[in-house]
Amino acid sequence: MLNPTPQGVQISEASFCALWCKSIGKRSMKPPLEQLIQQRILVLDGAMGTMIQRYNFTENDFRGDRFVHHPCLLKGNNDLLCLTRPDIIETIHRQYLEAGSDIIETNTFSGTTIAQADYQLESIVYELNVEAAQLAKKAVDDFTKQNPDKPRYVAGAIGPTNKTASLSPDVNNPGYRAITFDELVMAYKQQAKGLMDGGADALLVETVFDTLNAKAALFAIETLYEEEGKSLPIMVSGTITDASGRTLSGQTTEAFMISLSHVPLLSIGLNCALGAKQLRPYLQVMDENTEFFVSAYPNAGLPNAFGHYDQTPEQMAEEIEEYLKDGIVNIIGGCCGSTPDHIRAIAHVAQRYQPRKRKTEHVA
Amino acid sequence: MLPKLKLSGLEAVTITEASKFVNIGERTNVTGSARFLKLIKEDKYEEALEVALDQVRGGAQVIDVNMDEGMLDAKAAMVKFLNLMAAEPEIAKIPVMIDSSKWEVIEAGLKCLQGKGIVNSISLKSGEEDFIRQAKLVKRYGAAVVVMAFDEQGQADTYERRIRICERAYHILVRDVRFNPADIIFDPNIFPIATGIEEHRNYALDFFKATAWIRKNLLHAHVSGGVSNVSFSFRGNQKVREAMHAAFLYHGIQHGMDMGIVNPTMLEVYDEIEPELLNRVEDVLLNRRDDATERLLEYAESVKGSVKKKETDEAWRNGTVEERLTHALVKGIIDFIDQDTEEARQKYGRPLHVIEGPLMAGMNVVGDLFGAGKMFLPQVVKSARVMKKSVAYLTPFLEEERRNNNTQQNHQAAKILLATVKGDVHDIGKNIVGVVLACNNYDVIDLGVMVPAEKIIEAAKREKVDVIGLSGLITPSLDEMVHVAKELEREQLNIPLLIGGATTSRLHTAVKIDPAYSGAVVHVLDASRSVPVASELISKETHKQMTTRVKGEYAVLRKEHESKQTAKSFISIVEARKNAGSVMQRVQPKQVGRFEFLNFPFETLRAYIDWTPFFQTWMLAGRYPGILQDAVVGTEAKKLFDDANRFLDDIIKHKKLTANGVVSILPAKKVQDDVKVYQDQNESTFHFLRQQNKKVQGQPNFCLADFIADDNDYLGMFAVTAGMGLEELVAQYKTQHDDYAEIMVKALADRLAEAFAECLHEKVRKEIWGYATEEKLSNEELIEEKYKGIRPAPGYPACPDHTEKALLFELLQAEKIGIHLTESYAMYPAAAVSGFYFAYPESRYFGLGKIDKDQVEDYAKRKGWTIAETEKWLSPNLGYQH
Repeated sequence: MLNPTPQGVQISEASFCALWCKSIGKRSMKPPLEQLIQQRILVLDGAMGTMIQRYNFTENDFRGDRFVHHPCLLKGNNDLLCLTRPDIIETIHRQYLEAGSDIIETNTFSGTTIAQADYQLESIVYELNVEAAQLAKKAVDDFTKQNPDKPRYVAGAIGPTNKTASLSPDVNNPGYRAITFDELVMAYKQQAKGLMDGGADALLVETVFDTLNAKAALFAIETLYEEEGKSLPIMVSGTITDASGRTLSGQTTEAFMISLSHVPLLSIGLNCALGAKQLRPYLQVMDENTEFFVSAYPNAGLPNAFGHYDQTPEQMAEEIEEYLKDGIVNIIGGCCGSTPDHIRAIAHVAQRYQPRKRKTEHVA
Repeated sequence: MLPKLKLSGLEAVTITEASKFVNIGERTNVTGSARFLKLIKEDKYEEALEVALDQVRGGAQVIDVNMDEGMLDAKAAMVKFLNLMAAEPEIAKIPVMIDSSKWEVIEAGLKCLQGKGIVNSISLKSGEEDFIRQAKLVKRYGAAVVVMAFDEQGQADTYERRIRICERAYHILVRDVRFNPADIIFDPNIFPIATGIEEHRNYALDFFKATAWIRKNLLHAHVSGGVSNVSFSFRGNQKVREAMHAAFLYHGIQHGMDMGIVNPTMLEVYDEIEPELLNRVEDVLLNRRDDATERLLEYAESVKGSVKKKETDEAWRNGTVEERLTHALVKGIIDFIDQDTEEARQKYGRPLHVIEGPLMAGMNVVGDLFGAGKMFLPQVVKSARVMKKSVAYLTPFLEEERRNNNTQQNHQAAKILLATVKGDVHDIGKNIVGVVLACNNYDVIDLGVMVPAEKIIEAAKREKVDVIGLSGLITPSLDEMVHVAKELEREQLNIPLLIGGATTSRLHTAVKIDPAYSGAVVHVLDASRSVPVASELISKETHKQMTTRVKGEYAVLRKEHESKQTAKSFISIVEARKNAGSVMQRVQPKQVGRFEFLNFPFETLRAYIDWTPFFQTWMLAGRYPGILQDAVVGTEAKKLFDDANRFLDDIIKHKKLTANGVVSILPAKKVQDDVKVYQDQNESTFHFLRQQNKKVQGQPNFCLADFIADDNDYLGMFAVTAGMGLEELVAQYKTQHDDYAEIMVKALADRLAEAFAECLHEKVRKEIWGYATEEKLSNEELIEEKYKGIRPAPGYPACPDHTEKALLFELLQAEKIGIHLTESYAMYPAAAVSGFYFAYPESRYFGLGKIDKDQVEDYAKRKGWTIAETEKWLSPNLGYQH
């Protein structure tokens, strides 16, 4: 083998690990994502939360040994499992890779000081992102090594946080904002740095329901890239809340796209809130109006009366096949309710189709 | 794809050549509006928001916000105001221009915008380093930028300095900052003129020249400016100022100025400036004479403070206020309506009494005359304009009264909700119905076009409407109407439903819509029938009787239809194909490929207009030109025709609309009922349908594919629009409550689009395909389709499947010239025509008629559709129960 990757070495020191990851990145024979995406439809992973739920973790599982004495409840802090149950998170990553995912997302949806403030865990955010990226990276590197013809990638997931920069949470005070742009930039920059240092291949700003939050994330990322003197591809995925066809913050799909197109993105797309079928009209708007690649990872249908998703892998793949027939996506995966079986069915369909062709080169 | 300036608020705004001119609302500026400043200073942000709302409603497409005032904390005020604006969807839908000379205010503002706004402004004032730093940040925040023509030496005030500074800034931005050139907007400085200072004489002219230079040399960049600066010397003289603004804009736009900070609610129309004033203003703007300034000042003195009164000593002004109101309504005279309404208001005490008293009485006269055929639709629409203006005048008083009394009005007019259904953009007919109903004392709630069922139902419930009227022109709208009926049923609403529009029919209503809804469903043939139908449906006495009667009639129709169905005799699709006409000769085109026709001259198109349908739109029956001499409608037809020509003159002179077209001729071959076409080595397929009714001996079962040879033939395609700019024009008339002008320009745009299709087809026959070089046909002969070859349109009788437009548009790249398809495959703008060209001399127009299930199954296979989908799209043509 040409690739002298050290095996079985347990490294916990973040800074050392960052160096290690960097060196792997340089030596690996993986083609850059920008290149591969022109050749075929890339498959993303499915839901992390849905998979974690299956384990019925207790408060103690979330705490592990390290946070036994933490002053507040930690149950439900899924991101924390990267530190307290890394074995499980890695297992889930491997299940998705096994199912055929080309890109897996780090378990860092709430990995900002803003979201972790709910658990009084602001102090561990950088470490959490580094560890999460490393976990995913380890799984990805194994699979890439086993089958170099199907290289795998890690997308560092950057969620929306639990606060909105352009909406007031107080109906009686519409001018009030619970979070400022500057606070968001600071938090996002820290998360992006952690993911980058941990070895992510790309950054994915996802489930955007307030475009101003996403603009802050992109501002943070571009500032970080400038400071670090290097960059990773950036992916953005917004959320159309309901049949009104708008984001939570009120923008139409097209307005959403225009608001974020100042950054040279790898891809722009939509995820969550809707099933593949309901998402389709908005995805078509994206396909028609963007110069970037297009991604989609819908929910497994709409939730039933109990809030569960009962679309089968076949049903979901069938609905997604409609996108593929029309050639309107480059990256496809699943959000809430989707499982490795869903991804397997989707990957199976995706390999039969050509990727969407990008409209033109980006101007700037 | 050329780089375009794309902006966003909650909605997207793309600025293209077709946008012509973007109004940037200026009143939310503390330096320009004393009122706005006062509101901000007194912390009355609620009222300040109303200023913004006025600008949006007045037609602003971008809103400028400026808080630069010495006594204000500009940064805090900017953030507060932007955050409040974000909470008002009607304001937040448009993009924001953050206007400040202080970078920290701009940056604070940028942090509040979720959309892509504009920074106004940055410049080379403090050198390149600062400029680059700020430009990089603007880019990172995701905004477009206004660059002022200002450098280290100061503000540019000559032509030469203006272009040099803009050129330098452009190169730095594009090369060093990698700014998208379409996101750059230059402000080459609009300075006051007619100041009496010799050096200022060329200011406006230099601005125009610099604008033209920038647009030509600095690719994709835009030009804007603060227009009200130009008239600074005439502060206090609104008449002269507005004339100066209008004339300045007129010349600026001619030179390529495509954005401007203006007060959209106060824009004078260039044409309506008094000739003498215009002449003097233009002398100053264009520096045409030495004494230009003196002459304008002289004029300004003469009009100062005096509101000019029009010379109208007509006798009717001497009548009572009631008589005057009736006269104004019947004659459609708008000039005195505000003062007469005010007089009536004082006389009657309450605004509502004015509406219910003299105004309604006047409208009843109009309604009676219309009903008796003594007034015609164009006049009625003008009456409605007067009525609307009067009601608009009374509205603030009504609201005040409501606030004071805090009581609901107990007596209210019946409410009728109108909507063009989802997927459809055609609304001329619906607007006419709206006007006619409004003239008959109905409260009309018009939801506009492309209205989804949910919205209709939501509004119907909220407004507690008495009747819902649905309109649509294209065939997929029929299905959407069925869907609305089903939704109404699901919601257990019992509101009567009126169905109207060109493709709707009594039979379709009876067979498809009526069974879906237990409430009353009535097909209304034209606007004049809407009133009696609505009144019967609403009146408590007749409602039940009417519903039962119509339901009964429709049930009979359905029965008859069913029995006819079974009687209909089809031949199988296999047999029909055997009876196809065969192509004898193919016609080699002179030129093959794609041809664009942008900004096609309206002067040319005018000669191709088919006027007869125009008169039909206005419900005047008769053929042109005979109709102008018609004994009954001749006088009104002539008036309407003259008005139409005046509008046309205006459209042509001021380039209010733009006509774009595209033609493509591609290699093609017939494969059974399909036609394969080839473009850049890609094969695509058009699917056509074949007549299936039993034919007499020697008559083929037509299919469009038969007009193409089995090999080495060609298929032509086209799409044209004359409606670019129509939306802005209509919006402007809407704000003026001018239904007449609105319907008029829409009807004209439709005619111009058809004329364009006719003209282009001729060009194709004579020049591009070039098979009829000798053809010499008059417009009448063209209208009678005497030419060789045909141009059938998807969605029309020969090829009723609207979805074929998708491929047609793709091959034509029709979006490039500004025509889009809605989800129901209606073309947008609505004033558009598209179709195929068949050159084969024997090709002819035909109607597909009904088809049988075997062809539907075959077609489903060819299209890759399910049977259900196919039946949905072809429903008007199905010859069997499904």
